Order: sequence, then structure tokens, then C-alpha cells
Amino acid sequence: MAQKTLAGVTVDITDEGYMTNPLQWTKEIAKEIAKEEGLELTDKHFAVLDFLRERQQKGENLTIRSVGNSGIVDIKGFYGLFPGAPMKKAAKIAGIPKPASCV
Amino acid sequence: MRLTSKIQNMSKEEFPLKKVCIICAKGTIEDVYAALVMSNGAVMEGIETKVFFTFFGLDAITKKTMDKLHTGTVGNPAMRMPGGIPFPTMLGGLPGVEAGVSAMMRSQMEKLDIPPVSEFLEMITAGGGEIYACKLAMDMFKLEKSDLWDGVSAVLTVGEFYEKCGGLQTQIIFT
Repeated sequence: MAQKTLAGVTVDITDEGYMTNPLQWTKEIAKEIAKEEGLELTDKHFAVLDFLRERQQKGENLTIRSVGNSGIVDIKGFYGLFPGAPMKKAAKIAGIPKPASCV
Repeated sequence: MRLTSKIQNMSKEEFPLKKVCIICAKGTIEDVYAALVMSNGAVMEGIETKVFFTFFGLDAITKKTMDKLHTGTVGNPAMRMPGGIPFPTMLGGLPGVEAGVSAMMRSQMEKLDIPPVSEFLEMITAGGGEIYACKLAMDMFKLEKSDLWDGVSAVLTVGEFYEKCGGLQTQIIFT
């Protein structure tokens, strides 16, 4: 398992850059990963990240549809917050594993 | 020697997909969803996505039919009853069976967070995917643009669709 120092903390990370231990995650770490992805995080971003972390912790499937139904942001807004590949990008920044869902 | 290693390196080089053009020509639940899942999956990966609906695939973008698609219960050897017993073709022809099986399939998909067709199309376009209808098939089925789902970008000839499919690292997928 690879390790990486983010915001002064050493975290476990996969080759693709996903953290493997959600407990090591902090907001500071999120900001640093986001910077690598070219993003400046706002409160809206953090609301989405919290939602994803919560669902992941419950063992639920992370789908783009569930984010759209979260009441935080609609799907278009989600693509706007995390441009390109929103689900993967948001999961990476949220410190959770790469999403395994096809929808 | 040096040339061989150069060629070997070239063959290992990866060229990620930049654009996919997906064609859906059939109107059963499974054919339409195959096209929609692949399209939405591409959009989610940040791949430019254009979907072209033609022939019976037009049912998936026609307001009247899009959320009421059926699966064929006759002539499908892969069809199984709940529990895995093969589904007798004779049974598939009975009135109401096709509608019942189709409703069951739709409810199973809903459980997996797979949305109805109209919502799925909205997800695709929300992420920047584009939906097109085939002009020839529209003429054949006597459909007007106003019969189609509002998110359809345009009605195109096959030539116009190909014009949109140009560029490197682009694939055309016929589902």
C-alpha cells in the first residue's frame, strides 16, 4: 500500500489516488487533494463530500442519481462542482474508495 | 533492435477515449437500457457523449412510449422465471404476460437505483451528453419533433450524425 503526505499527515492511498482509510480524512486533506484536481472547495462541495462519506459508511451504493436526490445539489450542479468525472473526483476528495457503481 | 523496442513502446501507449457516439436502434427495455447505461457511464467519466436513436429505438425518446417500454417474452432463450427455471415461449405469448414481465423488470431496476428512461435521459443531458433522433426513422414512423422528449437536441440525417462523430480517440458503438 502506497502512502502519501497530505496537509502534513501521512495517509494510505491506492495507486489511483483514492484513500483507503476514511478515518484518516480531514477537511485539510480534502482541500489539498482538491487543489491537485484544480478545485477550490466551497461549503457546497463539503456538503456533497459529507453526504458521500455518510452513504459510503452505511455501505450504500454511491450513484450519481442518489447525489441528485440528496437535496444538496441537482445532477447538473454536481457536474458543475466536480467537472469532468464528478463521481470519481468527489470520491477521491472525500477520502472514500473508488465508486464501484455503473450508474 | 532499437526500432523493435520503439514499436513495442508504441503499442503500449494508451489513448483514452475522448468521445463516444452510441446508436440505439431497438426499443426493448434491455436494448434501450444498454444504450443508456453506456451513455451515462461515458458522461460520468467525462467522455463527450452523443446518442443517436433510430428505428424502434425512437420509442425511448418518444414522450408517449419512453417510460412504458416492454421486453420481448417470446423468442428469448435467455428469459428465466424467478428462481431460474427457463421461461416457456408458449407462456410468453399469453395476453398480459409481456406487460407483467416488463413491469417486474422495471421494478427490479428501480431497486438498483436505475432510473426510468426519461429521468435517465435527463441525467445524461445534465452531464453534457447530447441526444439525437434519426430523420429517416421519424419519417417512417410519422413522428414529429413535438412527439419527442423535450431534451432531444436535433433530428439528424445519418450524414449529419457522422459529421458529429469525427475526431481522434472517438468510438461509434452500435448497441
